[in-house]
Amino acid sequence: MELLLQQILSGLATGAIYACMALAVVMIYQSIGHLNFAQGEMATFSTFVAWQLITWGFPYWAAFALTVALSFAGGVLIERVVFRPLKDAPALSHIVVFIGLLAIFNNASGFVWDFTIKTFPSPFGQGPMFGAFLNMHQAGMIACTLGMLVLLYLFFSRTRLGLSLRAAAANPESARLVGVRVGWMIALGWGLASAIGAVAGMLIAPGVFLEPNMMLGVLLYGFAGAVVGGLTSPIGAVAGGLIVGVMENLAGTYVPVVGSELKLTIALSLIILILIFKPSGLFGKTLAKRV
Amino acid sequence: MTALLSVHGLTASYGEGQVLAGLDFEVQRGGVTVLLGANGAGKTTTLRAICGMVRREGSIIFDGKPIQNLSTEGVVRLGVAHVPDGRGTFTQLTVDENLQLGAITRRGRKEIEHDIERCFGYFPVLKERRSQQAGTLSGGEQQMLAVARALMLRPKLMLLDEPSFGLAPMIVKQIFDIFRTLNASTSMSMLIVEQNAALALELADHAYLLETGRVVFAGRPDDIRNDPALRRSYLGY
Amino acid sequence: MAIERVSAILFLLAAIAAPMLLSGFFIFQVTMLLVYAIAIMGLNLLTGFNGQFSLGHSAFYAIGAYAAAILMDKFGIGYLWTLPLAGLICFAVGFLFGFPALRLEGTYLALATFGLAVATPQILKLTPLEHWTGGVQGVFVAKPNAAMGLPLTADQWLYYLTLSVFILLYILARNLIGSRTGRALLAIRENPIAAQSMGINVSLYKTLTFGVSAAYTGVAGALGAIVIQFVAPDSFGFMLSVTFLVGLVVGGIAWLPGALIGAAFILFVPNFAEEISKGLSGAAYGVIMILLMYVMPSGAGGIVQSALRAVRAR
Ligand SMILES: Nc1ncnc2c1ncn2[C@@H]1O[C@H](COP(=O)(O)OP(=O)(O)O)[C@@H](O)[C@H]1O
Ligand SMILES: [Mg+2]
Repeated sequence: MELLLQQILSGLATGAIYACMALAVVMIYQSIGHLNFAQGEMATFSTFVAWQLITWGFPYWAAFALTVALSFAGGVLIERVVFRPLKDAPALSHIVVFIGLLAIFNNASGFVWDFTIKTFPSPFGQGPMFGAFLNMHQAGMIACTLGMLVLLYLFFSRTRLGLSLRAAAANPESARLVGVRVGWMIALGWGLASAIGAVAGMLIAPGVFLEPNMMLGVLLYGFAGAVVGGLTSPIGAVAGGLIVGVMENLAGTYVPVVGSELKLTIALSLIILILIFKPSGLFGKTLAKRV
Repeated sequence: MTALLSVHGLTASYGEGQVLAGLDFEVQRGGVTVLLGANGAGKTTTLRAICGMVRREGSIIFDGKPIQNLSTEGVVRLGVAHVPDGRGTFTQLTVDENLQLGAITRRGRKEIEHDIERCFGYFPVLKERRSQQAGTLSGGEQQMLAVARALMLRPKLMLLDEPSFGLAPMIVKQIFDIFRTLNASTSMSMLIVEQNAALALELADHAYLLETGRVVFAGRPDDIRNDPALRRSYLGY
Repeated sequence: MAIERVSAILFLLAAIAAPMLLSGFFIFQVTMLLVYAIAIMGLNLLTGFNGQFSLGHSAFYAIGAYAAAILMDKFGIGYLWTLPLAGLICFAVGFLFGFPALRLEGTYLALATFGLAVATPQILKLTPLEHWTGGVQGVFVAKPNAAMGLPLTADQWLYYLTLSVFILLYILARNLIGSRTGRALLAIRENPIAAQSMGINVSLYKTLTFGVSAAYTGVAGALGAIVIQFVAPDSFGFMLSVTFLVGLVVGGIAWLPGALIGAAFILFVPNFAEEISKGLSGAAYGVIMILLMYVMPSGAGGIVQSALRAVRAR
């Protein structure tokens, strides 16, 4: 029983990371209807930026804030420079360009900061919490993710900019007709995704080691979380990410061999099963339609 | 009266083929102009061209400014509200949010709230549904929402694409009564595209007939009513 | 047509003469070029001609490679026999993967195949399979000598073997595309609903194409295992899929000979980039992929085809 509880709690902690990645995935999916395969590598690059700032002597939270801001700007820039010319291009072009970005960011991380693994500090420390069920860093990750979700929720539901963003995502043509600058909303979606990804990277790096390929597997889990959550709802993405994290941990503990050695295959199977049997995800809104 | 919108030599194309073959027409300040024509004549395309939703060429002067090179957002921000065919409802958002979006380019919370109340005055049914998902409204309610959303811009010019399409006669009458009220009580001008010619001509001060992307007749509503051939083909009696 | 025939003959002459003119290491490289070209041809059948995306062809390549290695290592099967067997196994796996793929369009199929590529190395390392796969260590494969006492070095022999397989598979692909089946595949790519209403069994064609595409890539994997004499899980990661995709895009979508151009690109550009600085090859890939999408989404194939059109128009 105690083991179960512990596994669920630490599953929630890893799930918090997946939830962040899933949130980032959903931000871009809502804006342009595509999955950003470079999301993980962008997050890794951001994390390296944070590492560099910390190494230069910035206090942790200053480095954190600056990295989030830089990542936001970087995301906006990528949309403006790289994706805007492609807006009417076929899906294959989008996928190829995402993969191109992935290769560029992966290499850029290795090129600038080399391929040796690096340690990354946690602002929360590694001490035990809740009677050793979680360590401080894990509790901090969960708190950060939930905090981010609340902020996003407030942004989307309470601000006019958030409303414009939702309108542009849901119905770009009508959004233009009320004067929403849809192009900029898409760029804003990229900026948000990139900033959220940076947070995910900085949260995960203390638990693993920082290296250019840190996020590839995490991204697959992020996709799984987003797909479970329905790809269109930020709350669904977070719930999906947490569910995937808990499932992964429980499988690792209770399913021999498969659970511990085939974690990525579990994520893969989950993605395929959900896409086939419940494409709107567990939390995706199905619109009540009236004919 | 002077022209609020004047269009010269307007052409538009979807990809290859040209759909409009050089249109000339005007909308007077405070006036109501109606575009009539059979299906496929290019009426919708004309409205879309004014708003920059299709590739267009020619001169479009709105309120003294050339707008033929502006983006859709840019045209809208000058005060042109477009009620598109298909109504353009944000189906996943609530009625309230749809109305808020209509005023997204404006400042002043108080005034916007006030205008929302005014819209609810015109269309009380929207008030009852204000926190409902807009996609769950009936066709008539969605058309009212589309008109209300356009009004939220406080436009100088409203473009209406077949506002009576697919609606019960009762609702059509209700909506056109409101157009009449609006036209009488505000300085807003309207460019209306309609299949229901009789109804639209009652409201209009100018009318244009379109055939395959060309203006084939321009004049006053009475000119159509008094011309036996035009009356037969457009009014059906 | 004349131009195509002449270029085919020139290619054949050059390909046959190549080992006489090149040193050992270059022969190895050109052999790998042909191996990659086969894999890219497989991907092209699926993506270029049938419009289904795959970021997971590294998985089929891996299955082909491991099938060949294990069949030789554990079952003592001759290396020549491993090629059709690897092709069959990959056909079956690809065909099966084609079923869920039927329900997934565009980006979603890319996602599912991305997952497949990311998960593959982990599956290859699975402990219960270690007896067969050698776990992280992988499997070594002996280098075959020239058959029938031909006076060739082992490298030259492998080169000619790979060349023959390439030519065989190229002709098969060409005939397939020129046939009614090929037209059905293109119709499905352009408009699946219209294709369905024309009486084309869309599901069957799509799953079969997945199978055939996987089989091509699997044969390439088997040849690759024999040529490199070694298979290990981490050489079959997601980056290999990226490499195939680069080859496809550079060579030209829906243009078969492009496979050779794409393969040359993915073989030589990384070397060149690495010479300038370590870790630049991925960035070079990335930049070139993105630029191609802007200026020439149809790749080398597009350039060649428009040049041919220009020549004919005169
Ligand atoms: N999206 C489009 N793509 C291509 N052609 C179009 C499109 N929309 C309309 N058309 C063509 O443009 C012409 C005018 O259409 P439209 O402006 O919708 O006419 P109306 O509104 O008067 O019925 C028609 O011939 C129609 O087929
Ligand atoms: Mg119309």
